[in-house]
Amino acid sequence: MNRNTRQKFEVLVVGAGPAGMAAAARAGESGVHVGLVDDNFNPGGQIWRGGVEGGNPEAAVWIERLQAAKVVKLCGVRIFHQPETGVLLGETKDEICELHYDKLILATGARERFLPFPGWTLPNVLGAGGLQAMVKSGLSIRGKRVVVAGTGPLLLAVAASLRKHGAEIPVICEQTSRSRLARFGLALAAQPSKMVQGLRLKKELAGVPFASGSWPVAAHGKEMLERVTILRRGKATTLACDYLACGFHLVPNTELAALAGCQLEDDYVRVDEFQETTVPGIFCAGEPTGIGGVELALVEGEIAGLAAVGRATQGRELFVKRRKLKKFAAALEDTFQLRPELRDLPSAETVVCRCEDVPMSSLRSYPNWRAAKLQTRCGMGSCQGRICGPATKFIFKWKPDSVRPPIFPVRVEGLAIAVSGPEVEHQETGGVYR
Amino acid sequence: MPSAIALTVNGVSVEVAQGTTVAVAAMQTGQPCRVSVNGTPRGPLCGIGICFECRMTINGISHCRACQILCEPGMNVITNE
Repeated sequence: MNRNTRQKFEVLVVGAGPAGMAAAARAGESGVHVGLVDDNFNPGGQIWRGGVEGGNPEAAVWIERLQAAKVVKLCGVRIFHQPETGVLLGETKDEICELHYDKLILATGARERFLPFPGWTLPNVLGAGGLQAMVKSGLSIRGKRVVVAGTGPLLLAVAASLRKHGAEIPVICEQTSRSRLARFGLALAAQPSKMVQGLRLKKELAGVPFASGSWPVAAHGKEMLERVTILRRGKATTLACDYLACGFHLVPNTELAALAGCQLEDDYVRVDEFQETTVPGIFCAGEPTGIGGVELALVEGEIAGLAAVGRATQGRELFVKRRKLKKFAAALEDTFQLRPELRDLPSAETVVCRCEDVPMSSLRSYPNWRAAKLQTRCGMGSCQGRICGPATKFIFKWKPDSVRPPIFPVRVEGLAIAVSGPEVEHQETGGVYR
Repeated sequence: MPSAIALTVNGVSVEVAQGTTVAVAAMQTGQPCRVSVNGTPRGPLCGIGICFECRMTINGISHCRACQILCEPGMNVITNE
């Protein structure tokens, strides 16, 4: 493994989704040297994932701006450590790279929240966004029966996209009640662009049964998913299906921000009006500051990018737009709160931590996440609690633990560099590290 | 239709379109990505490199997140390790 690929940027942006692309473009347009790093093989984030069908047209506009601004794109690089302020370490397929920065913009996006229920570990039970990502990555679902379930606006977008790819959707189960959804509809009316999106989805999903106040209680199958049982108004129904696409809204990826010392507030990264975190020179934009969708992510990214290059005044012009979109974010949070009944979904045998196969019965007696981790290995596997952490937080109200490097599993060589520091060079005489 | 890429998953030949990830190729063959510590089969969950359920051995390198790696001609993929 070639160790020290080393690059230096005036502004480094982590995450090439909408927020990161907007931040990098705005910063780069002022003439400074900007790097944009992402662990996927293409920019666009999850929402603008191109895959086998080619790039997204909305993303193409930003990609053009990035190119015009001479932003250096570093794809396929996963950041795992900040050994000291101003330096990040990333791992690629075949090397470890050292990325130096003056200003840092974190646009690390969000992931789906998963909740355990009997059978959720069966192959072909995926996240809603998870299945969509697989389809964009080449999975054929033509003629397959897909139950879409969980909560959040992503369910509708996913169902529409799967249907377009030829899937049959027997039902969309949304845990939120009809009255809450109606209130959300009213909030949407104040946001014309969201309203248009909503109406388009409604048209695309014509004829697909939508069940509010409904959720999956069990997935069944021997080696693979065969059937799913859903609960609606107290009545259980079992349906045959090929896939269950199930996600319970989104949770922010805040691990890198936490590692960099940024303060979190109610799960989200705390930022000021210019998207600057509590650590001077480190900015944050998009979902890690609050789940608000693509338009808010773009505006926040633009503000962060401008502020990072000393053009904060220009960013001010976007404040009104951001304020309006923040209202939508607040409505999202309120509408798609998880109902308490979902805490009772796992049975005693249901695996909660998928990495270490820790069942529900082993966890009940612990007072907190730390104790459960030490005694049961819950959250100690490869995903480092990214899946079971948000689940146990909801079920047991356990607070997440502190973040420690490496924030993603890395190859041993990467770990060695992380421990010895970024400036280490292998000396020829005696192989001493200095 | 983009040109097909041929690779093997546990010795089984599979052809996929350009731009297909290794996780999808494994799913197309109907095989699980890995077997959990208690011996249960697992497939992809998050699709975005977070959950590690799709980790497998690709060209001799173990623990690769197959949902973030594109198929290449002649790849040798081993699951269930």
